[in-house]
Amino acid sequence: MKIVVCVNHVPDTATKISISSDQKTIDTTGVTYVLNPYDEIAIEEALKTKEAIGGEVIALSLGNDSNKESLRKALAMGADSAVLLKGNSSLDSIVTANALATEIISQDSKLVFMGKQSVDYDSSIMGQLVASLLDYNIVSNATSFSIDGDKIIAEREIEGGKESIETSLPAIVTAQKGLNEPRYASLKGIMTAKRKTIEEKDIEISESHVVVNIMKKPEEKAAGKIVGEDASAVPELVHLLKEEAKII
Amino acid sequence: MGNKFLVFIEQRDGEIKKSSLEVIKKGSDLAASQNADIEAVTIGDVVNNLENIGGYGISKVTHIHNSELSNFSVSAYSELLISFALEINADTILFANTAMGKDLAPPLAVKLNAGVVVDCISLDFKDGKLTAARPVYAGKAIVEVESNLDKSVYTLRPNVFTIGETSDAKAEVVIKNIDTLNLANKVVSVSKAEGKLDVAEADIIVSGGRGMKAAENFGMIEELADILGAATGASRAVVDAGWRPHSEQVGQTGKTVSPNLYIAVGISGAIQHLAGMQSSKYIVAINKDKDAPIFQVADYGIAGDAFEVLPALIEELKKD
Ligand SMILES: Cc1cc2nc3c(=O)[nH]c(=O)nc-3n(C[C@H](O)[C@H](O)[C@H](O)COP(=O)(O)OP(=O)(O)OC[C@H]3O[C@@H](n4cnc5c(N)ncnc54)[C@H](O)[C@@H]3O)c2cc1C
Ligand SMILES: Nc1ncnc2c1ncn2[C@@H]1O[C@H](COP(=O)(O)O)[C@@H](O)[C@H]1O
Repeated sequence: MKIVVCVNHVPDTATKISISSDQKTIDTTGVTYVLNPYDEIAIEEALKTKEAIGGEVIALSLGNDSNKESLRKALAMGADSAVLLKGNSSLDSIVTANALATEIISQDSKLVFMGKQSVDYDSSIMGQLVASLLDYNIVSNATSFSIDGDKIIAEREIEGGKESIETSLPAIVTAQKGLNEPRYASLKGIMTAKRKTIEEKDIEISESHVVVNIMKKPEEKAAGKIVGEDASAVPELVHLLKEEAKII
Repeated sequence: MGNKFLVFIEQRDGEIKKSSLEVIKKGSDLAASQNADIEAVTIGDVVNNLENIGGYGISKVTHIHNSELSNFSVSAYSELLISFALEINADTILFANTAMGKDLAPPLAVKLNAGVVVDCISLDFKDGKLTAARPVYAGKAIVEVESNLDKSVYTLRPNVFTIGETSDAKAEVVIKNIDTLNLANKVVSVSKAEGKLDVAEADIIVSGGRGMKAAENFGMIEELADILGAATGASRAVVDAGWRPHSEQVGQTGKTVSPNLYIAVGISGAIQHLAGMQSSKYIVAINKDKDAPIFQVADYGIAGDAFEVLPALIEELKKD
């Protein structure tokens, strides 16, 4: 079975963000990009599934040349091949979803792993969108996953608990932390990955229908008050919370 | 766009979620500003107190009913919702930005050829166009966006839109019984995280970090949370150390929260932690290092030892 894993290449979470002069995107100078943390979990689950039931793992990314770094990392972890769809990702998730869905169909993959969220636009709906486009089943926020024939049993995280889900292939599963512990790439894996070629495809990017008017920094909070340096400040703190903030 | 609003009401165990009430109120305010129609829809078996949404400004709610629908099924719920939205010709559809909302908004957007904007922290008409703002890059930037399609779907971040005044008006409840369901995807059971309040939904959160020194010291965090009716949260450092469950992690790779009050104890305020909580309305920090970055976002702080301050705080609050 062909297992596709979608990986995104995103600014490192520790990066300071500044807005570019167009006021619609971020200024990318000096920003370090990494494999999206949730996608590492997705890759691990794809590899584990292949180890259990056989098949091949194809890493898929939409973006520019620098996305190859994250694809390379997926190969080093153990993916069999990698495809780069060349184009800029849009804040309109449907644009990316259309491109990923088209490639998943042409790969004839019935099981797709993604991360639950990209830590760039933080949308966390890509899996659901692609599943709807393809009429595949969806398990989002998965914290456990198992497959038997075409039957899937999984758990997903919801507010305040977990849901146990039964569904079947074809399906898309989005990975939440706790699903597994991603492996480190072995030295051998890294060497093999260097020799593999990443297939590059020029694609049609559909039009964005959600358009950005402006991107800005959040309003700075006014400097707070240090009420004191030990337990003697507690009554004053409680007073402020009750009378000034009126919050308790 | 903006002629016919539809609000999805999420129920769990038959109870309407607070985040859905926020969406109802926001939706009814938006519709009123445009003299537009609005109605609500819920899906489930028993759904309690549905008529009370009248008090939040919506006078008609359809309850799509089948006893098999008490638990979520993304396949069944999304099919039913798509046909309902088409039937009433809804063009602006609102959800809460919850696990369920984020599973339902995308299929609706795809099948209705609608734009989708998730995690909105504001949503208002500007020059006749519905304009949403949402955080990106973990809140390090905010984008203001518009959908230019005839139909659009929005999910609203919980705890951001205030409910304000309500009345005791009652809504008309229309029950729509459904015979056949697409249960290709089915929730067979739901387990609750030890009956506790979830950080994503709490009004007050008390979070502990590595400064708490050991798992057993979180008893103090729990006690303070109990007194305040708060949820307990944690930094990644303590989740990674196994002191607290992952479901409590606040931050870029944990949960994004915006409670009225966030109390951070022994948390340094790393950028990834701030990402998850800096939109809280009030932030209190207790940290023995007065230069800790958490103080830069805190409204009130005590630059002292948590092991002295916490017991004193618990005592002071117990006096009430
Ligand atoms: C990809 C990535 C994602 C991440 N995602 C998250 C995330 O989602 N959430 C998150 O929280 N972190 C996240 N992190 C980790 C983050 O960078 C920090 O390492 C983490 O938040 C630190 O946790 P902490 O504040 O509890 O610990 P520390 O940074 O060690 O801070 C402990 C604090 O306790 C104070 N202290 C010590 N003793 C006392 C005492 N007796 N009384 C009072 N104060 C005391 C110290 O002064 C210090 O400020 C992520 C990191 C990466 C790389
Ligand atoms: N440009 C992209 N290329 C490949 N996969 C992507 C891309 N953008 C998002 N994804 C996948 O979709 C998941 C959720 O992303 P999002 O909905 O954008 O938060 C990510 O964890 C990836 O698995």
